[in-house]
Amino acid sequence: KQEVTVSPRLIPGAGFYQKHLGFEWGPGDLIVYETNYKLQGPRSAGSPSVHIVRRDEDICSPILRKLFSESHLIFVGLQKIKEDVPSKNKKSQFVSISKNYRSVIRACMEELQQNAVSTQSGSLASQYGDQVSILLAIELIWNLCEVLFIDAAPAGSLLLQLLDWVRLHKSDVDAKAREVLQSDSPAQHQSYWDVVISLVLQGRTDEARQVLSKQASLRAESSSVFKRMDGLLQTMPIFNPTGTQTLTEFEVKWRHWHEECDRCLQDNTFASNRHLETICKILVGDEDTLLEQKELLSTWYHFLVTRLLFTHPTIKPPDLHYYAQSSMNMFLGPRASPEPLDIILLSAFEFDLHQVIKDCSIALNNWWFVAHLTDLLDHCKLLQSHNLHFGSNLREFLVLEYASGLFTHHSLWQLAVDYFDHCPEFGRVYLELQIERVPLDTERKAIKVLRICEDRQMSEQVRSICKIMAKRALRNNRLGSALSWTIRAKDAAFATLISERFLQDYSNKGSFTDLDLLDNLGPAMLLSDSLTFLGKYREFHRLYGEKRFSEAARLLLSLMTAKIAPRSLWMTLLTDALPLLEQKEVIFSVDQTYELMSCLEELNSGTKHSNLTDQDEDIESTKTELLRLALARNLTMAIVKEGTIET
Amino acid sequence: MFVAKSIAADHKDLIHDVSYDFHGRRMATCSSDQSVKVWDKGDDGEWHCTASWKTHSGSVWRVTWAHPEFGQVLASCSFDRTAAVWEEIVGESNDKQRGQSHWIKRTTLVDSRTSVTDVKFAPKHMGLMLTTCSADGVVRIYEAPDVMNLSQWSLQHEISCKLSCSCISWNPSSSRAHPPMIAVGSDDSNITYSGKVQIYEYNENTRKYAKAETLMTVTDPVHDITFAPNLGRSFHVLAIATKDVRIFKLIPMRRESANSSGPTKFEVQVMAQFDSHNSQVWRVSWNITSTLLASSGDDGCVRLWKANYMDNWKCTGILRGDGSPVNGSGHAAALSAVGVPVAAQMVVGAASAGRYFFPHLDSPRAGSRLAHLLPPPSLIEQIYEPDLSHAPQIRQRHTANSTNQPTEHD
Repeated sequence: KQEVTVSPRLIPGAGFYQKHLGFEWGPGDLIVYETNYKLQGPRSAGSPSVHIVRRDEDICSPILRKLFSESHLIFVGLQKIKEDVPSKNKKSQFVSISKNYRSVIRACMEELQQNAVSTQSGSLASQYGDQVSILLAIELIWNLCEVLFIDAAPAGSLLLQLLDWVRLHKSDVDAKAREVLQSDSPAQHQSYWDVVISLVLQGRTDEARQVLSKQASLRAESSSVFKRMDGLLQTMPIFNPTGTQTLTEFEVKWRHWHEECDRCLQDNTFASNRHLETICKILVGDEDTLLEQKELLSTWYHFLVTRLLFTHPTIKPPDLHYYAQSSMNMFLGPRASPEPLDIILLSAFEFDLHQVIKDCSIALNNWWFVAHLTDLLDHCKLLQSHNLHFGSNLREFLVLEYASGLFTHHSLWQLAVDYFDHCPEFGRVYLELQIERVPLDTERKAIKVLRICEDRQMSEQVRSICKIMAKRALRNNRLGSALSWTIRAKDAAFATLISERFLQDYSNKGSFTDLDLLDNLGPAMLLSDSLTFLGKYREFHRLYGEKRFSEAARLLLSLMTAKIAPRSLWMTLLTDALPLLEQKEVIFSVDQTYELMSCLEELNSGTKHSNLTDQDEDIESTKTELLRLALARNLTMAIVKEGTIET
Repeated sequence: MFVAKSIAADHKDLIHDVSYDFHGRRMATCSSDQSVKVWDKGDDGEWHCTASWKTHSGSVWRVTWAHPEFGQVLASCSFDRTAAVWEEIVGESNDKQRGQSHWIKRTTLVDSRTSVTDVKFAPKHMGLMLTTCSADGVVRIYEAPDVMNLSQWSLQHEISCKLSCSCISWNPSSSRAHPPMIAVGSDDSNITYSGKVQIYEYNENTRKYAKAETLMTVTDPVHDITFAPNLGRSFHVLAIATKDVRIFKLIPMRRESANSSGPTKFEVQVMAQFDSHNSQVWRVSWNITSTLLASSGDDGCVRLWKANYMDNWKCTGILRGDGSPVNGSGHAAALSAVGVPVAAQMVVGAASAGRYFFPHLDSPRAGSRLAHLLPPPSLIEQIYEPDLSHAPQIRQRHTANSTNQPTEHD
């Protein structure tokens, strides 16, 4: 079998000054630029360009977007079909799912075509046209696979379904029939006989009779011949799969009818009318006559189905490939080389599923089709029964490819998550690799991405996203946002850093920002010592502001005695105690005052800051003196007060 | 594949490297004109140059982004024997108004005595570490101990490779089963017999990097080297650009004894080898999930390689310059307007084989063979239920026409 080879995609404006192409992978695209790795050539003349080459153009199409999002729903539904449903019931579910997929394709084609007709731009129209032709082929292949593999129609029904397939995909007959019937004198219409014969070729005998009756009423002299043909068409047996008739009974009846047609031919019944003669020859399945209708049949597979209809209406699935191959050869002729579409259809008629999927993967420019079809076939357990040892690997391989493609789109990536979730082997790793690359343009988008990771316990990705957001917020001096992202990232070192920024900010401005966040830290406060201090220190300010002085005092003291506050801030804390000490009411008890005193002395006995200026040192010693004084005064009052209460 | 956009990079000389940031929203270019440019993708999808500055006093070979966890940080290396670390700072408001950003040099790493040929950040789980390699055969690993202070970098390790080094790649695996590992390639053409790819592994006990493996089968100059993402596998995959493209599988072998402190030994297998560039291959690179490998060679092509589900590798795409000159610099606007229409005419390659696979329709109604396949719109509505919420409902038969199915006459 022929192989599809790859031909180069040309980059305009490259390869003139320099011989090499440099490249860089991007999300959904590839950057290429002219360069020279040998560095022996001339300096570059002209300004080099950077070209962005997109790999999958379909992803960007707003119309195909519907195909992606609606098929996603069907895909997810399919994954939910339980293993324990009896396989007989399952089959009908699978057929229905297959039809749903096809209806989505059809809806898309319809929209594309309307757009192609209505657009003013020629290039857009041809682009839409391209997409329509690809979707048409996809639907054609899918439909055939549905008949042969998913529905797996047995002898008898098989031909009926193939007829439906041909009718659905060659519907210009209907348009032409309408045109003829609506004309002033249908029988005189130049396409009259084409319509009759086309209907016969598709086994639509009732409609053929209807059209024929227009002619019969005109030609009284030959009405008997028309009546004879009408009789043949009317009595043509059609198998009824839901009826009680057995296949053998049907075959007997069909053979009788076939003999009768044959007799008419022998008797030259229709010799007076060459069109009727042709129809009769078609009815007996005369191959030469059928091949003369190439124009009306238009494809070899229509020829195949028509040929079977009039020669082997009870064709069994295993015999199909013989007739398919010979029909193709007869129809295309010995020298014609089949197109990939022909090869794919032929593989389907040969029940070579693997080949169908493989050829489609090579020939189509997106993974949508092969991924969804293979997934469905895998659910039907068809890949195993066809003895492909890789079984579900093929499904997963294709689904991963498709989902990875979706991930390159700025919003479709969300659909891809569900596809990855249903790939047991590599789905999670792929999701991890892809999701951390989703640009975190806004906080909202970051939270969306984060939730997906959290739901799947992807802790490293959760941490990383939060860290990136925290870092970005800090860069932009949004301390509150930075802190809340850091808490989500559980990054202790970074929490310390941001807490220090907060305190620095406080010491500069004398007030805290982001009070909502700081007041509601809760247990998150424990992430780092600095953060704990920040939270507690803010709590002190709040208590103080609410005039809950004794609680505030107790907290302030504990920040020092429990060593939560860094030593460098003790002086600030002690200074914060000053107004409490100055209150009329005694707030610090005797014991608490002693503790404050020891904190102050501990601070002063520590290493002196040698790098302080004289002026700073003056301020410090003044502060200390003030504090000592206030503490002593408070101690007096506290002793008096406590003594008073005790007595 | 199609060229969606062409951007006039406006460098005064050869571009040596283009690097996307982690999220693909920014890009950095470096050139023989000694400058680095940073490009940002706007909300409109267009790329705008937001910074351009002289970085070195020689050709800038490579430019690379640190992980965004560390902020907006770039590293560059140059023929001027140095590597440098750059950080973007939030600029003053008039900078922002002009759409410009400001990058400042945080450090210059001056330890090399020869051209610094490659610079790479280590995987983020190792912290903020930077690696360089140089023509004098030394790989240097630097660390910024305080990620908030990028002006302090300490030289942690110096690995002498004995061969002129051209490229380095870190093993991205963050699995605890895999110690930090770096692969070094050499383009030394003076020594023809020795292996040109060396693998070094960090030893927890000695706290040093020790050679774990030399790929003895690669004796020709190596120009680029790159590990694939690990995907949770026990083995490592390494792609090499030499006189051909080669993909190696490195399978760690079980240690002979638990307390053995020597480096891991590997079973080395060749997974694939492609010589279709016909001559030297200069760059190799994996896409995010390592389903595709791209390579660039002396044939002037970029080739895309893909393994199927049975690990058979195939070329699935080729890119090549058309050899036409770019119109004068004043035509940048015309170039960037190269969009979908041109693309539609020029689509080739396997990824879009649909174009030559299915006959083109000038008009979907034009009576071509495929036009027959399309039912008139009115029929579509009758036959298919557009409402997917009724999915389980089964239709007995899909017929193309609305007339009744002929029934058998007795």
